[in-house]
Amino acid sequence: MKKVFRLKGLGCANCAARMEREIGKMDGVREVTVNFLTAKMTIEADDEKMAEILPAAEKIVKRIEPQVVMERA
Amino acid sequence: MKKRIWRIIVSGIIFAAAIILDKLPANIRLVLFGMSYIAVGWDILWYAALNVMRGQPFDENFLMGIASLGAFFIGEYPEGVAVMLFYQVGELFQEYAVEKSRRSIAEVMDIRPDYANVRRGNELVKISPEEVGIGEIIVVKPGEKVPLDGKVSEGNAMIDTSALTGESMPRDIEPGDEILSGSININGTIAVEVTKKYDESTVSRILDLIENAGSKKSESEKFITRFARYYTPVVVIVAVILAVVPPLIYGWSTFNTWLYRSLSFLVVSCPCALVVSVPLSFFSGIGAASKQGILIKGSNYLEALARTEIVVMDKTGTLTKGVFEVQEIHTKSNISENELLEIAAYAEGFSNHPISQSLRRAYGKDIDYSRIKEAREFPGHGVLAVVDGRKVLAGNHNLMENMNIQYADEKVTGTVVHVAVEDAYCGYIVIADEIRDDAAKAVKELKKVVNHLVMLTGDAKSSARKTAEELGIENVHSQLLPADKVAKVEELMGLKSARGKLAFVGDGINDAPVLARSDVGIAMGGLGSDAAIEAADIVIMNDEPSKITTAMKISRKTLRIANQNIYFAITVKIGVLLLSSLGLASMWSAVFADVGVTILVIINSLRALR
Repeated sequence: MKKVFRLKGLGCANCAARMEREIGKMDGVREVTVNFLTAKMTIEADDEKMAEILPAAEKIVKRIEPQVVMERA
Repeated sequence: MKKRIWRIIVSGIIFAAAIILDKLPANIRLVLFGMSYIAVGWDILWYAALNVMRGQPFDENFLMGIASLGAFFIGEYPEGVAVMLFYQVGELFQEYAVEKSRRSIAEVMDIRPDYANVRRGNELVKISPEEVGIGEIIVVKPGEKVPLDGKVSEGNAMIDTSALTGESMPRDIEPGDEILSGSININGTIAVEVTKKYDESTVSRILDLIENAGSKKSESEKFITRFARYYTPVVVIVAVILAVVPPLIYGWSTFNTWLYRSLSFLVVSCPCALVVSVPLSFFSGIGAASKQGILIKGSNYLEALARTEIVVMDKTGTLTKGVFEVQEIHTKSNISENELLEIAAYAEGFSNHPISQSLRRAYGKDIDYSRIKEAREFPGHGVLAVVDGRKVLAGNHNLMENMNIQYADEKVTGTVVHVAVEDAYCGYIVIADEIRDDAAKAVKELKKVVNHLVMLTGDAKSSARKTAEELGIENVHSQLLPADKVAKVEELMGLKSARGKLAFVGDGINDAPVLARSDVGIAMGGLGSDAAIEAADIVIMNDEPSKITTAMKISRKTLRIANQNIYFAITVKIGVLLLSSLGLASMWSAVFADVGVTILVIINSLRALR
């Protein structure tokens, strides 16, 4: 399953790269891309794990850049 | 952003006052420096504290916090404030530049329709394009964007497809014509029957491609990500060593000097400039290309295109229009020319090959499919079909030879379709294609930028040679079956250098395997052809081969800019690190160098957009 999110307020490119790296390490995640310029995050993960992955991913995003709001695109 | 500007201004004024008023007592000046520092840096310190508690030691807020507080600690108050102040100026600028480039990229992609006027009952309802279903009738007024792909059902208009193709000439459309979303209606009101849902419409597919192009990363981007991962920890560790080890050797009285030098390290410890500028360059390059009607599906393809040394072009549909017309009919038996054409058109009745289509076009009447039995196609050879109970062979000389049929071997230019009925030769039909208007110009320019330009075709030697001569291509391989083309491309791969790439240009319809096999697959005339958009890495939306050179120029410029940014930023950072470890650069210069590099590389990246 593939889900796309808009990261509102994404301000630092290095942070985007770090989000990508850390979310990518999570169990069940097949691919993550955080596009700094379009401020979009695409998560591709196993269907049954998606429900656990999303809140955890949001936590990582918030930890790296507290002001970012993650929205369904 | 506004708030940040005010904080920088207020802090800057207090900072300037503290520096100019050097007659004031030291403790009052210290208060002024402190005020200035807090005004501009409180949020950084706050985030730094939060991140340390969360176990993120290499966070840039934390490093800037340490660098500035450290400067205060050793009594270098102006430096402490300056680190924070200019760091914020740099961040502000970065934010501005990113915002600006996001906007100019959005402008490039400003083909997204906002609404659709749908006819429901007797009313015209304005709704979002996503909500329109297939078969509904939408109305597009002058000046509006066509929101969904469809077929014109009423009205005439001129439409501007420049946002899709880069082509500035408006096109006339009339009822029955296909119309693509993203084009702009210039002058007439038209009704359109929707044939595709928004998600599958041209405009939404193009936007998707551009937005997702960033996910296929180039080598340069991968290098930067790897570099960034190690850069910060290494710089921080060296900074710590620099602060601790020399004082152990030279005595603790020198601690302040070494601490000062190590703090300069922290100032340049963020790889931000690089991490922003390289993807930004590629993104701008992809944006610039799409403005010209060239879709590039990923940064990696842009990079590969820039390194292309060999361009292999398909002839039909790429260098030529791919529209075959029957030119001559020669009967070699007692049947009439019209009968020969009819037999050929029926034999190829089920085939989608351009040649079959042109035979049917020339025949002009509807095909009665009940007359055809057992149609078999031999790719690259022709067809065998039973028409009106008689066995008909229609195809090139290979087919005739395989079937042991004596055929007329006369010198002609164009593609020859020999026809035999019940194994008796009846004659042949000559079909020729036209060379595209700008094909010669494209060939001339391509030869200047690549080492090898090769033309491949399934056509006969004579017609291939003639086209090649007209265009000025020396390297031609003809009479190739689809599988031979793949083999030929594999053979040509051997000619490139270690980092060089091979690009194949085709029409994306019959050459999917070759497109996939080459380093860069380029499809021409992608507009409206889903197959081409699917199969290729780079899609040229209109049918001008000269766009290939345009695409190459954009890609080379982009790669050059990305490389400039990488070398420039790394050189400056390493220079600052070296000079400050020797005590030759002050913290001031480190701050300026770091912010300056960020600003310069971002401005440089934006050049790729033009």
